[in-house]
Amino acid sequence: MRPHELLVSTPAGLCCPPGGFHIDPRRAVDRALITHGHSDHARAGHGAVLATAETLDLMRLRYGEGFARETQAVRYGETIRIDGVAATFHPAGHVLGSAQILIEAQGLRIVASGDYKDVADPTCAPFAPVACDVFITEATFGLPVFRHGDPMAEIAKLLDSVALFPERAHIVGAYSLGKAQRVIALLRRAGHDKPIYIHGALETTTRYYASRGVDLGDVRPVRDAAKAELAGAIAIAPPSSLKDVWTRRFPDPVTAFASGWMRVRARARQRGVELPLVISDHADWDGLGATITATGAGEIWVTHGEEDALVRWCTLNGRRAQPLHLVGYGEEDEQA
Amino acid sequence: MNRFAHLLDRLAYEPGRNNKLRLMTEHFRTAPDPERGWALAALTGSLSFRHAKPGLIRALIIERADPVLFEWSYDYVGDLAETVALMWPTSTGCEHAPSLTDVVTGLATLGKSEMPGRLARWLDALDETGRWALLKLVTGGLRIGVSARLAKTAVAALGDKAPDEIELIWPGLVPPYLELFAWVEGRGDKPAAVNPVSFRPAMLAHAIEEPELAALDPAAFMGEWKWDGIRVQAVAGKRADGNRIARLYSRTGEDVSNSFPDLIEALAFEGAIDGELLIRRDGRVQSFNMLQQRLNRKTVTAKLLEEFPAHLRAYDLLIEGEEDLRERPFAERRARLEALVGRLDPARIDLSPLVAFATWEELAAARADPAAHGAGADAGAVEGVMLKRRDAPYVPGRPRGPWWKWKRGPILVDAVLMYAQRGHGKRSSFYSDYTFGVWRTGPEGDELVPVGKAYFGFTDEELIKIDRFVRRNTVNRFGPVREVVHERDKGLVVEVAFEGLQRSTRHKSGLAMRFPRINRLRWDKPPGEADRLETLEKLLEPIPA
Repeated sequence: MRPHELLVSTPAGLCCPPGGFHIDPRRAVDRALITHGHSDHARAGHGAVLATAETLDLMRLRYGEGFARETQAVRYGETIRIDGVAATFHPAGHVLGSAQILIEAQGLRIVASGDYKDVADPTCAPFAPVACDVFITEATFGLPVFRHGDPMAEIAKLLDSVALFPERAHIVGAYSLGKAQRVIALLRRAGHDKPIYIHGALETTTRYYASRGVDLGDVRPVRDAAKAELAGAIAIAPPSSLKDVWTRRFPDPVTAFASGWMRVRARARQRGVELPLVISDHADWDGLGATITATGAGEIWVTHGEEDALVRWCTLNGRRAQPLHLVGYGEEDEQA
Repeated sequence: MNRFAHLLDRLAYEPGRNNKLRLMTEHFRTAPDPERGWALAALTGSLSFRHAKPGLIRALIIERADPVLFEWSYDYVGDLAETVALMWPTSTGCEHAPSLTDVVTGLATLGKSEMPGRLARWLDALDETGRWALLKLVTGGLRIGVSARLAKTAVAALGDKAPDEIELIWPGLVPPYLELFAWVEGRGDKPAAVNPVSFRPAMLAHAIEEPELAALDPAAFMGEWKWDGIRVQAVAGKRADGNRIARLYSRTGEDVSNSFPDLIEALAFEGAIDGELLIRRDGRVQSFNMLQQRLNRKTVTAKLLEEFPAHLRAYDLLIEGEEDLRERPFAERRARLEALVGRLDPARIDLSPLVAFATWEELAAARADPAAHGAGADAGAVEGVMLKRRDAPYVPGRPRGPWWKWKRGPILVDAVLMYAQRGHGKRSSFYSDYTFGVWRTGPEGDELVPVGKAYFGFTDEELIKIDRFVRRNTVNRFGPVREVVHERDKGLVVEVAFEGLQRSTRHKSGLAMRFPRINRLRWDKPPGEADRLETLEKLLEPIPA
């Protein structure tokens, strides 16, 4: 069996014809395997959905009870057989419940990694590279200029700023699923014990993370706080709200944004961010390269992001590579 | 180096002036000598290195990275220093990171052949921010929104000194400014102002309106035209070695001499003159937009000097020879100025004429028609009148009483709000940036054409009302821009006040406004009754024959 016979790109998304299923499809299908709960990967309306319990819970919270006709929860490391094809979910280290999916048939192993990062994260199971013949990788930060650096150092920058401007509030823009909760957990790890305030849009997901045992400490909704209380406080909010009327309730806020895109100064300035925090839930350039090497794959399919640059890197390093055009994926709530 | 790098990094992102000051003052307070002195030198643009150039940096990165990946990355990032700082391969624990002193000394003294190797070793030893800062020092031009004046103000705040005191002694100081910091921190004497051409703080005026004149005695004041150029201080003297030296300063003390070599040459006196920088050609003073062609130029071409000749119109004499005249009454300083200017080249420097008046009515008449009251052919460049007490000394800042400015009234036009964008900083949650237009006849009938943008002039209450209007009446969105309804009977009319109009090929309407601001909101007026483009075009200067 050749790779393109096992997994192929179709208008609906990545399809496995022998298994009769799609992975992270963009349109409603009969059978879908979902890597993680971000809305560009996890959609409502499929027939049967196979995913980790956390991914299913997050989809239920976002879309409501009837988001699929039937669901099946799968554990990391557990192999499911679907019409002669074996599917195993492994941790992707991206957000809570995120998975890489290993598809095996007739000795051929392909890993669809979804979105991943190879850096430790207190809010989810750590990424582990999976040996395979074909590795499908994202390329969100696929340029040599993207090097994320140490998340704890970025958190230290935030806390230094809070100490330097005690009369101001610090509002940190962070995606509502994953990043927001990770920033809170990192702040706790840095020893910050004070209450952390969250925007209403973050409440459901944050409560879910806490219910799964992720230690987030004292987290309160912003709407219950008086303006004076917010002086010297840290609030987490979706990036789109940083320029919204919602910010008027804060005393002279410092706008921060936790994202890998903050690595590039012009991008941070363009968004009006005063305190960029380079914290990302995707692998950076070095992480992508290290992961590709660790899988031992002889062929790489590169999806969503700077495909050309990562393909070139693979070629320069003696690996066959091609862009896999899966349109419709990218950061959720990226558009402010 | 790292501490300096993090300061630059934070300054680059901080939009607020006071917060920038706080960051710098904190740095100067905690960093030791000579590190903080080199930081001050970098921030005031007092460093330059002969052998450290951008081409050198490109060569270094191509040795270490795939050239195609570099080009794609540079294309994405848009800044050489930053691209290289980000792409530089990280090495594990070789040398210690260089100090800022090491870097500045090295960049200044290393020869052409040793520079690349040393630069590479430093880059290996620094983190990304450190590399970025180092490369910024090499490429020149920090571009982090900090002026030399602001940096000096931050130093002054260390010891509650006045920034102007630092301006006065600055030309005599040398990096790393050890005696400056010693004095500011109260550990040493004030460095002597050995500068023969130092800047003295300018005297400014408060605005006055016609009804307020009644409380003043016309006989106590002298009047003169307020010219529409750039307020400057021309200072000339002799160096210790006997050679002549001259400088031209802006109102805030920035040295603009390099942009006006033609005027500098004509400063054949010893002293300090307060005046207006203008363009004078064909025997008359030209409009402000001509002067704009000469502003902010690091070097000047012969063509520019010929097309836009610089001219100084003198208002006041602060220093003559060794004598400081600032405590003398204005009338006496004026007499001394007349005598001095009489000895200079009239093609380059002349006296600002006084406006004679016995009553306020006479002054109002002159202000309304400068051409008929002594301004003659230069009337187009008159911004209003200045009132100066005969007995007033020359003092720094903006005191209330001795000097008044009575500017000509702004032009008012009723325009229709067409587009809105979010404001910056504190205003970023409001739609406070407005584009407005007037009517003209288009191919399909009457249409509105944009004639300007304004983001101030309205009160906070008015802002909330306009913001609400924008949100409720958006008909289209183009990225961050909202189009609001603008038809004959639906839309918001705004009264716009502006200082002048000039032709512009860059704008759809062919016009550009000077200092437009929203004067009033005309909720009562239907948009169909707003002004037409023809009305504005009548205000333009006639094209010279």
